[in-house]
Amino acid sequence: MENRKTAWERLQLVHTKGRPTVRDLIPQIFTDFYEMHGDRAFGDDKAIIGGIARLGGTPVTIVAEVKGRDIDENKACNFAMPHPEGYRKALRLAKQAEKFRRPLICFIDTPGAFCGVAAEERGQGEAIARNIAEFMTLRTPIISIVLGEGGSGGALALGVCDELAMLENAEYSVLSPRGFASILWKDASREQEASEIMKITAEDMVALGVAETIIEEPLGGAHNDLDKISENIKEYLSQKIPEKCKKDIDVLLKERYTKFRKIGEFTE
Amino acid sequence: MFEDLFNVVKKRFNDGEEEYKPPMFKCPRCQGTSPLSRYEELHRVCPLCGYHGRLSAAERIQITVDKDSFCELDKDMVSGDPLSFPEYPEKQQELREVTGLNDAVITGTAAIKGSKTVIGVMDSRYMMGSMGSVVGEKITRAFEYATENHLPVIMFTASGGARMQEGIVSLMQMAKTSGAVKLHSDAGGLYIAVMTDPTTGGVTASFASLGDIIIAEPKVLIGFAGRRVIESTIRQRLPEDFQLAEFMHEHGFVDMITDRKKMRSTLSHLLKLHGYAAEDKEV
Repeated sequence: MENRKTAWERLQLVHTKGRPTVRDLIPQIFTDFYEMHGDRAFGDDKAIIGGIARLGGTPVTIVAEVKGRDIDENKACNFAMPHPEGYRKALRLAKQAEKFRRPLICFIDTPGAFCGVAAEERGQGEAIARNIAEFMTLRTPIISIVLGEGGSGGALALGVCDELAMLENAEYSVLSPRGFASILWKDASREQEASEIMKITAEDMVALGVAETIIEEPLGGAHNDLDKISENIKEYLSQKIPEKCKKDIDVLLKERYTKFRKIGEFTE
Repeated sequence: MFEDLFNVVKKRFNDGEEEYKPPMFKCPRCQGTSPLSRYEELHRVCPLCGYHGRLSAAERIQITVDKDSFCELDKDMVSGDPLSFPEYPEKQQELREVTGLNDAVITGTAAIKGSKTVIGVMDSRYMMGSMGSVVGEKITRAFEYATENHLPVIMFTASGGARMQEGIVSLMQMAKTSGAVKLHSDAGGLYIAVMTDPTTGGVTASFASLGDIIIAEPKVLIGFAGRRVIESTIRQRLPEDFQLAEFMHEHGFVDMITDRKKMRSTLSHLLKLHGYAAEDKEV
């Protein structure tokens, strides 16, 4: 597989109308999906969905950031920007996965955690931090897949895992290129330049040790063939989940810690 | 400093100026003025309104730990340039010269009224205390050292968040540090986070929010998203007290707000309450 598209061209693809959201993918990849709701403390965040399902014969827990397919859906799911209760729902379901020894599958697709007054009041920072820390020692295999946008801490809150896969045109970044250009160059219009410099593509993630696998998209992008992209994701999960489940859990946790532990560039 | 002051006085006297005016501190919060010497004497706290000014990491360590007890870890670690970001190495070189720091955090071991602890202090003068590879690695190692040696950790946070110039590598430091905090916690270690001005972004969304006990200095800025980002999202001005320590305390994310002058004794009490007793030889 060779993707000659620039980071900017891929960002356009990620924002193409009709790009499959997790709501399109779940019925194609899983059976018996039962959605669960709420964080048992404040409410039910529509930007993150979760539940239990079967992958082939195996019961799994799914947690996913949801983009809308049209403006009404997007309003309902807050454009896939979760509030703290969304991350807390994800953690509740992750803990359940651990309890019932189900592998956890996370789908990441968010511009970022929501930035607003209510989100601050309810501890957006704490919610993300808690997920990151708890996922690191969750005693069940975790596979995360970035479907489109992997926006900063809002993505990482579902991104501590044993293996991270990126769809071929998906991106993962510390901040949107627009925000990046605006902060560093005080000029948001330089977002294209920022996207090329930031190293946000699937290949960049593999090179930097952030992701392990790139899932191939149909020619022209995932929106061109829902069956094909679903099949590719299913094939990947059907291979990875049994592989991770076979491992001794303590070995798996050590490897999970080490995966993140070794990221960084410094000299002494 | 006193010598400088003396020279100023002498010069003014010799020049025959009518009156010597001591250097003044103008508080950015209450706008009141008071003698700079008084402000410095209070370790940069405004004598009028109690505003807590920012301290360098060295100053913070000096007022917090027992004399000569601090032993620095990973002193010489300097950052790489994972994105080959234009002018990032040059900017760092310049900051190293200006601040005398190698990056935005100093870590080490120390004693507080005799109780041995691992301590980390962030310094906002270095790229706004942002977390890149070095901050992430040093904090991770500090927690790992504490876990191995059964020591508590006290972390003074001050950060604008992620180090943009290191991109995704910076984001991953949140996972790395939080993982190390979790292992330290699972091993039964005490972690006290002290949030100082400002504690925001990726640091708030990682190790800063994971303390067993979270203390904040009065009126400091604590939050996840930047004020301007929120204002542009909701298209209205936010109240003055939004995201101050008191706001976070009110909403249940900070255990206590502690004045700088009481910080050392508070930390000492908390360490001792958790059984980290004074070692005789170090008292």
